[in-house]
Amino acid sequence: MVKLAAEGFRGLGGWAVESIWSLGHASCFFWSILVHSGTSFKRFRLVVREVYIVGVYSLIIIVVSGLFVGFVLGLQGYNTLQKYASEQALGLLVALSLVRELGPVVTALLFAGRAGTAITAEIGLMKATEQLSAMEMMAVDPIARVVAPRFWAGVISMPLLAAIFSMVGVFGGYFVGVVLIGVDEGAFWSQMQAGVDVFDDVLNGAIKSVVFGITVTWIALFEGYDSVPTAEGVSLATTRTVVTSSLAILALDFVLTALTLGG
Amino acid sequence: MPTEHLVEINNVNFAYDKRLVLKGMNMRIAKGQVVSIMGGSGCGKTTLLRLIGGQLRPANGAVKVAGEVIHQLDHDGLYRMRRRMGMLFQFGALFTDLPVFDNVAFPLREHTDLPEALIRDLVLMKLNAVGLRGARDLMPAVISGGMARRVALARSIALDPMLIMYDEPFAGLDPISLGVIANLIRRLNDALGATSIVVTHDVQETLAIADYIYFMSEGVVVAQGTPDEIRASTLPFVHQFVHAEMDGPVPFHYSANPYADDLGLRDGNG
Repeated sequence: MVKLAAEGFRGLGGWAVESIWSLGHASCFFWSILVHSGTSFKRFRLVVREVYIVGVYSLIIIVVSGLFVGFVLGLQGYNTLQKYASEQALGLLVALSLVRELGPVVTALLFAGRAGTAITAEIGLMKATEQLSAMEMMAVDPIARVVAPRFWAGVISMPLLAAIFSMVGVFGGYFVGVVLIGVDEGAFWSQMQAGVDVFDDVLNGAIKSVVFGITVTWIALFEGYDSVPTAEGVSLATTRTVVTSSLAILALDFVLTALTLGG
Repeated sequence: MPTEHLVEINNVNFAYDKRLVLKGMNMRIAKGQVVSIMGGSGCGKTTLLRLIGGQLRPANGAVKVAGEVIHQLDHDGLYRMRRRMGMLFQFGALFTDLPVFDNVAFPLREHTDLPEALIRDLVLMKLNAVGLRGARDLMPAVISGGMARRVALARSIALDPMLIMYDEPFAGLDPISLGVIANLIRRLNDALGATSIVVTHDVQETLAIADYIYFMSEGVVVAQGTPDEIRASTLPFVHQFVHAEMDGPVPFHYSANPYADDLGLRDGNG
């Protein structure tokens, strides 16, 4: 019994030490990205190319999801608000839900699934097929040439995608609330205009989406770069990207919301 | 006149975790020669190339290239040195998102400010040297393994390096491609005035093109000499390797309990 408990503690200790090592390693990697970002800004077309790959290719899933989330918000919101005869506030409810919470969070979760996994798999396979080693041997730093442009592309794309998600969601809510159910159009837009604050709501949502963009892209790049260079290793790294990113997004969302509402 | 050495490996030890791969390795690579490093799989040949390229650091000893100790160079110094080296990886390591032309142009675009018209001419010259000028627009996924190796070779000589390293350039090739690559290694070395290190275990091709051969086993050099000296060698390891004999100093069987014991054919006292 004592032996079993000792084994358990040893396992737990091993896991804790490994996690701390991994976090330290990831932090050094993050620092290295920042230090080697000069190339990304000097040759900005490298970043633009990645923005196209991680951003534009994610557009369809973001737009479609935003539209359906907007539909559901319109329906659920109307259903609840009409009990209190406040269905005029539907526009405000839809916009605030999207701009403050759902826009950044759902976009980040979709971004992790769509672009994060692609980044991890690509970097992991580049490592497995010695492309990163070949680059090093050609005196080209893979962090500066491959990793940093993808990082900045993720940081730029995420807030733009979140903004598009929120915008499409508002139109989704409008379609269900105003066009299908018949809420007053003037009230829908005017309440939204009066109730949504640029700094308190829009800016806080934008800050969240930038933080999520940094987090997801950092995790995806680190998992790819640190993956075991085999088929199984890359597959595990891709899974870890989704799991770690999703948990990080949700935890950070709570922290950021607490900070903004608490202040 | 004494021979000038481009690469000197002095008493180098190297271990992956606790597994010692190189044990006091000494080697000299003379300028202008094609030198082959041979030995069984896992004997530390590729590790040696990575030490020369500065991707790994030795535990002790020194690796000198062109008079400079590689692991004492700073980041910029190491990258400056690598611009003068070319390396062909085992499976080419081509960038799969770029067509053949852009793969070869990659080092030129990264390290020079040459106008695009000049880069085009240089790339076509390199591709012509490996016989693949016509394949410039193909993607790496659609060309054969032998062609990929030739494209990678064109890429590794893009900056006219002083030292070209080949990691298993013959692995998995058909006899025609194999002959083509062997021929190119020799021809390009002489045409560029470079020095080549070829890590391989293909005996006949190596004996045909190399100027000097090192045999490695278990982390040390066990034999060395010109191809003629190697052919005539009576050392058991070299003889087994050159004549591809199944059993010899390198045993056919991985170390194990006696066969009869494993099959339970002896009694308890046996």
